[in-house]
Amino acid sequence: MSLENKILVKLNNAGIKQNNKWLVEGVTLTVEKGKIITLIGPNGSGKSTTAKIALGIYKNIEGSVEKYTNKVGYVPQKISIDWTLPLRVYDFMLLTENIKDEAIDEALTLTGAIHLKNKNLGNLSGGEFQRVLIARAISKKPELLVLDEPVQGVDYTGEIALYELIKKISDTLNCGILLISHDLHTVMTATDHVVCLNGHVCCSGTPLDVAKNNAYKTLFGEQASQILSIYEHKHDHEHLDEGSIKKN
Amino acid sequence: MFDDFFIRALFAGIGIALVTGPLGCFVVWRRLSYFGDTLAHSALLGVTMAYTFDLNIAISVFLISSIIALILIQLQKKTNLPGDALLGLLAHSSLAVGLVVIGFLTFIRFDIMGLLFGDILAVNINDILIIWSGGAIILIVLKLIWKPLFASTVNYELAEAEGLNPDRAKAIFTILMAAVIAISIKMVGLLLITGMLIIPAAMARNISDSPQKMVIYSIIGGLLSVVLGLFTSLEFNTSSGPSIIVASLILFILSLLNIKQSIKLKN
Repeated sequence: MSLENKILVKLNNAGIKQNNKWLVEGVTLTVEKGKIITLIGPNGSGKSTTAKIALGIYKNIEGSVEKYTNKVGYVPQKISIDWTLPLRVYDFMLLTENIKDEAIDEALTLTGAIHLKNKNLGNLSGGEFQRVLIARAISKKPELLVLDEPVQGVDYTGEIALYELIKKISDTLNCGILLISHDLHTVMTATDHVVCLNGHVCCSGTPLDVAKNNAYKTLFGEQASQILSIYEHKHDHEHLDEGSIKKN
Repeated sequence: MFDDFFIRALFAGIGIALVTGPLGCFVVWRRLSYFGDTLAHSALLGVTMAYTFDLNIAISVFLISSIIALILIQLQKKTNLPGDALLGLLAHSSLAVGLVVIGFLTFIRFDIMGLLFGDILAVNINDILIIWSGGAIILIVLKLIWKPLFASTVNYELAEAEGLNPDRAKAIFTILMAAVIAISIKMVGLLLITGMLIIPAAMARNISDSPQKMVIYSIIGGLLSVVLGLFTSLEFNTSSGPSIIVASLILFILSLLNIKQSIKLKN
């Protein structure tokens, strides 16, 4: 397989201006098949904007976006749905593609939302709605999955399970994932490539590279070095069952 | 049993209700009631053009309404005025221009009331052909753009991100709106067409829990309104448009009654 076939989306020095102010500028990144790319950065640093540029939602961008797939699943950060629409979870699952009933049930079961299938979408809680959103995005078996804060409002145990699910999906579907997350711990352990944004790309690389980077440390301060220790801890040795430590 | 003109009106009305049902659901979902009004008001200009240049009324109205829709889209892009102000501006100015032009057309006798409120006597075989063929085209096109249109109605960004091209669907839908107004103007009248779009759909919303059901109930509501309205119109010699709209209003009020609750009260 050639390199081009593996690339799903490629941002080249991409950015967008609104009212003569850059929302985000000079972003270069690629999402490849089977890889998880995570965007981190403080509020207003352009994470969601970058995701939307990658998805082709914005038309008047600077730089370029090349999208090599049309099988896309998207979990937006904010979604405002007008309740003048009578819409059940089931109808919502079929929103952008006609999917077989089995695939719908499978996806809803995976995200722990199968019991909501015939409920009205307007009556769901925030966490329930988030599970449905993820189920909808994965049910169409996309090549590119863009997840913008996918587990917001989900309870703690659900959060861990959903992140495990995301990792599993990336392996089983061999799809590329562009993930936006505030949970640095998850980011550092489950990601192939991290892009740290603050209006532009501060630094990027493997989680370890980024964690060691000074720009990242300035941006995230104390928390960052903690994450680094967690990260290194996980990777330079293992705790064996009997209590001894095995160096890698 | 019935006069020919009544049978013709019935055929025309049924054709219109079949189209306004699904289209009306989108008007309600996308909050386009005033947009529909604006297109309908501009239809008067279309009618005067038809008389002036001896064109078919439906085709002329369709062209003028489409042009007004395009002007609206341009104004939205180029000015900072809010949408409702632009709609009001276009609705009333095109209505006024239409009325002024009628003043100049002294050589033609106009039935203004018929134009504003619909006239079942005016429906001829040719109109029925236009309604049914035009209506069939509108429904086929709506079926083709259903997925992107519906998805972007729920959430524009999801539709755009997942490759459904919602902008194209929206543009086509605008043209469909102009077309449905063009085919129903003679029957319902230009002041009341939007009612025909909205009221059956609003009634359907009260009693449905899924989009498909809402479309079906909206069509049924429209059909009942047309049949009831036309019989009333025949019986009491009222204008056809208002009679149809009053019938749909009655259906809407019935849909508000909570059936479950009334059963409980009885027991």
